[in-house]
Amino acid sequence: MNSLADAGLRVLSYSEAIREAMALAMEADPTVILMGEDIGVYGGAFQVTLDLIDRFGPDRVMDTPISELGGAGVAVGAALTGLKPVYEFQFSDFAMLAMEQIVNQAAKLRYMLGGEASVPVVFRLPSGSGTGAAAQHSQSIEAWFGHVPGLKVLQPATPEDAKGMLLAALADPDPVMIFEHKLLYKTKGPVPEGHYVTPIGRASVRRPGSDLSIVAGSIMMHRALDAADRLAADGIRAEVIDLRSIRPIDHETILASVRKTGRLMVVYEGVKAFGVGAEISALVAESDAFDYLDAPILRLGAADAPVPYNPDLERASVPQVDTIEAAARRLVRREV
Amino acid sequence: MSGGDAGQADNRPFAIRTYAPDRLREALKRMYLIRRFEEGAEDSYMRGLIHGTMHLSIGQEASAMATCMELTDDDKITSTHRGHGHCIAKGADVGRMFAEFYGRETGYCHGRGGSMHIADVRTGNLGANGIVGGGLPIAVGAALSAKRLGRAYVTICFFGDGANNEGAFHEALNMAAVWKLPVVFVCENNQYGMSTSIVRSTAVPRISDRAAAYAMPGVTVDGNDFSAVAEAVHAAVARARAGEGPSLVENLTYRWRGHSKSDRNRYRTKDEIDDWMRRDPIARFQAELIAHGILDAAAAEALAAEAAAEVEAGIAFAKSSPAPSVAEVTRYVYAEP
Repeated sequence: MNSLADAGLRVLSYSEAIREAMALAMEADPTVILMGEDIGVYGGAFQVTLDLIDRFGPDRVMDTPISELGGAGVAVGAALTGLKPVYEFQFSDFAMLAMEQIVNQAAKLRYMLGGEASVPVVFRLPSGSGTGAAAQHSQSIEAWFGHVPGLKVLQPATPEDAKGMLLAALADPDPVMIFEHKLLYKTKGPVPEGHYVTPIGRASVRRPGSDLSIVAGSIMMHRALDAADRLAADGIRAEVIDLRSIRPIDHETILASVRKTGRLMVVYEGVKAFGVGAEISALVAESDAFDYLDAPILRLGAADAPVPYNPDLERASVPQVDTIEAAARRLVRREV
Repeated sequence: MSGGDAGQADNRPFAIRTYAPDRLREALKRMYLIRRFEEGAEDSYMRGLIHGTMHLSIGQEASAMATCMELTDDDKITSTHRGHGHCIAKGADVGRMFAEFYGRETGYCHGRGGSMHIADVRTGNLGANGIVGGGLPIAVGAALSAKRLGRAYVTICFFGDGANNEGAFHEALNMAAVWKLPVVFVCENNQYGMSTSIVRSTAVPRISDRAAAYAMPGVTVDGNDFSAVAEAVHAAVARARAGEGPSLVENLTYRWRGHSKSDRNRYRTKDEIDDWMRRDPIARFQAELIAHGILDAAAAEALAAEAAAEVEAGIAFAKSSPAPSVAEVTRYVYAEP
């Protein structure tokens, strides 16, 4: 990362980038407020809001009771009436307590009211495994929300996108859910100064290649890049696409890549069945890109089990660099 | 406004001594409008002109109308699946409501919402709700906006007795109290959550008893007595406007019709229904207005006829309105660019 700094690029961690986005938005727009459990003086369970309460005070950095359904619902009602709340679920798993307000209310209000209402709420959801927190604090449930018309569902992989997506979400008139990976909070990368947005619904080709396409988001994108490095040593050129947005999904970038490489692997941390991989596989199968496939589509997702506690089991339950690399080799050799 | 001699207490009912005669007459007319609207909706349904289901509030008109006496278009309400009366009491146009029931483009929700999602954001009605308890946290959020944005409006949260056992009720009341928000929780206790009576579902004898757990005033009133409801809500709204926080008002009332169109009335007796029908909130309010010289019987009849004519015109408007374009099935899912 020093080379980035040497090149004159400003380096921030993923959580610093998120915090900077919140601070910029709050400075520019007095209707932006933060809500969540222990986001005030505690600074958030993952220290993302950190010292924002000192800068903006407890009226705008609101600690909520441990009432996820009510808290999310208050955020929805506030968004309906002129505020722009950013509600932090302490863990994405806890969003299940608030499904009613997210799915029945936030996602549907504009439609049910015939376009007469707007719910510009942002939900932030620390997500994913790898922290030893076991089955109820480690899930990757972003695909659940991909099934809900009315929501937008994002998963930033880099600090630059973490900031740009949050600012895009705050500028969006509809409810946006941002799944932040817990293992990425301390990762660093270049982050532009000031206000900018990462467009919602656009994937990004992080590494061009011609032999296979790997579509992955969040931390899986980094693992796919590491696997691609190893594959390159043997002359296998993997194209790595950072999915970034699950809803809406960027059909064009994915289909264009498949037309070019003829092989598709989808890597995601959610349970493999009925997940992001199923959706992407189907959209390829339903398109002209299907004719370009030289091999079956391969999905790599989490094991068909709750996230386990034991570290070896936990690692084995979700795709790792080794498993991505091995699967890519099988795909290129048509051993799938 | 006082009708008594100087120094003497005014013993007239609260509403009579508080609201101007023209507002009282308008309230009576709106109560008739609610009843005729519900009857018109039921009739349209029985004739097969509208589909789906509906939850009629016949018998609960005083609760809806008296609660809204204190409100302006700036004030907000959240409503329930039994919400037609709230919508009319808050000032909605029955033509656009019928158009919504008929699934027409001219309806409040352009045919996308129907009976259970009817709303009129312009008059502060943030919407009915198909989920029991769904509106409670949303009302608290609307109240939070008022406080943070420095707006003077209050939010009235209508909910039914069934909602008092939802987690959302408890979470919402707690947060409203912790943050001292300008919201009034108005429970329309019509004795049954679908078929399950309040006695069989709720551990406390009165839903207003729940207020103590959230350190807010709670009061139970005869919900079929217009003046009693108006007085209780008046005090709660004043408290909210003064920045003193939320209150809970429980209106004891009864729905004359079944829960929805599938109800066979197997859980209550004809005697019970008849008993409540003798406590008709419209007849009682009208008698009170006549007794205090606000109008005479002929004028009341004229108001009822006006309401019936508005309903008839509303149904005609709905029937003559265009349907939404099938090509626009995904319109309004997201904001249009």
